[in-house]
Amino acid sequence: MDTEITLRVDGAAHPLTVDTRTTLLDALRERLRNTSPKKGCDHGQCGACTVLLDGRRVNSCLVLAVTVGDAEVTTSNGLATDGQPHPLHRSFVRRDAFQCGYCTPGQICSAAGVLEEARAGWPSAVTADLTAAVELTDTEIRERMSGNLCRCAAYAHIVPAVADVAAAEGVRR
Amino acid sequence: MKEFRYERSPDPAAAVALLAREPGGAFLGGGTNLVDLMKLGVATPDVLVDVRELTSAEVSDLPDGGLRIGAGVPNADLAADRRVRERYPVLAQALLAGASGQLRNRATTGGNLLQRTRCGYFTDVTRPCNKRSPGSGCGALHGVHRNHAILGQTFEGPGACVATHPSDMAVALVALDAVVRVLGPDGERSLPIGELHRLPGNDPSRDTTLRHGELITAVDLPPLDLPSRYRKVRERASYAFALVSVAAALRVEDGVVADVRLALGGVAHTPWRARAAEETLLGRPATEEAFAAAAGAELAAATPLRDNGFKVPLARNVVVRTLLDLSGGTR
Repeated sequence: MDTEITLRVDGAAHPLTVDTRTTLLDALRERLRNTSPKKGCDHGQCGACTVLLDGRRVNSCLVLAVTVGDAEVTTSNGLATDGQPHPLHRSFVRRDAFQCGYCTPGQICSAAGVLEEARAGWPSAVTADLTAAVELTDTEIRERMSGNLCRCAAYAHIVPAVADVAAAEGVRR
Repeated sequence: MKEFRYERSPDPAAAVALLAREPGGAFLGGGTNLVDLMKLGVATPDVLVDVRELTSAEVSDLPDGGLRIGAGVPNADLAADRRVRERYPVLAQALLAGASGQLRNRATTGGNLLQRTRCGYFTDVTRPCNKRSPGSGCGALHGVHRNHAILGQTFEGPGACVATHPSDMAVALVALDAVVRVLGPDGERSLPIGELHRLPGNDPSRDTTLRHGELITAVDLPPLDLPSRYRKVRERASYAFALVSVAAALRVEDGVVADVRLALGGVAHTPWRARAAEETLLGRPATEEAFAAAAGAELAAATPLRDNGFKVPLARNVVVRTLLDLSGGTR
């Protein structure tokens, strides 16, 4: 059933007519030709489709486009400012944190979410003291990034790529 | 995916009235489970009534010292709420043990309670499943059931079902004696969370006692004045459903168990309140032997399947470990 919506993506508004069954991921990739988020499993299990919705990381494959409303969608592309890469983009390159790169935009959006959640003091499943300030140790990064799978198993480089930015932003010693 | 109509309502009462007129409709919360089931053809609603932003996304203080959790509070926000972290660590830990950061950001409190089993026969429309397709049989009973129920299953007839409830959060809420507030076509009602989920009985298609059109609006937590914690065992370190989990709260006075709450996850069609274990423990010395005896009293009723017998000693050991942690005063 066709429905009129307007998606706000990476700073631009896009009026669209979509079938109610269309996911945010499919609207981004197939209608707006924003191929930054990737379709891996299409069931919320791999994290390749991760985008930020009003700054919070979500699996865009499980979000129906008609439910997005006025929320601002940010893809990995949209994290760049004035054509300059985001610190996470640079860090992933510097640390060689990928091989094929398919999961990378999702990893980067998820990492942006992790940094924001840590700044807000959110604990994780491996946080011993639920009320203490958050420090993004390697163990914390591994746990918090567990919703993003990497078929090339670049995890050993993804963790330091996120850790470097965490340290620069003061959520890691 | 089957075609459906998408509806928003101005308020919860209007949403309830709308769904009551749509026998094939469903409420949509965060969609992390429902949208997936629709893709799989397991859920086939013809109308979705979006309630994610209709129910409260606030956690508020209750006069008795407890908390009211709006049904629209995302799992991530609930786990991060300072009052939950300080006063109900078992709940924060259970939430953080579930799903991934992305899913917890989107999944709601109400939706978490109503998520469906992850049994592989339920989610595969080419397989028999009495829960999805009543009367078709239970594929798991003699099939792949390593991570299925050990308590309260139905083995024969149209009710045959050995599925588990997948939620971590619900296990903590059961141990906390939470109260579920519901709005239906006939008005509001409240029910103890222990009365929300149901065993398969002769109709595993019904996970809960809610009637069509009833909407969870909030979950109330009574005050908790004893240390609590959640322990989950799974086949990988993160982002996996429980083999067995335990939500526990314990107060020891002069070496004797003065108060105890115990619930198990991953073992039954419902989050499983371990009443027999609690009754065995109350007033007894807080020792490893007593903890093991209490777990044994609960698990005496276990009826494991061909390939999940390991869950019985696993559940016993996780209960003992969790109670030992709590009796050591950790919080």
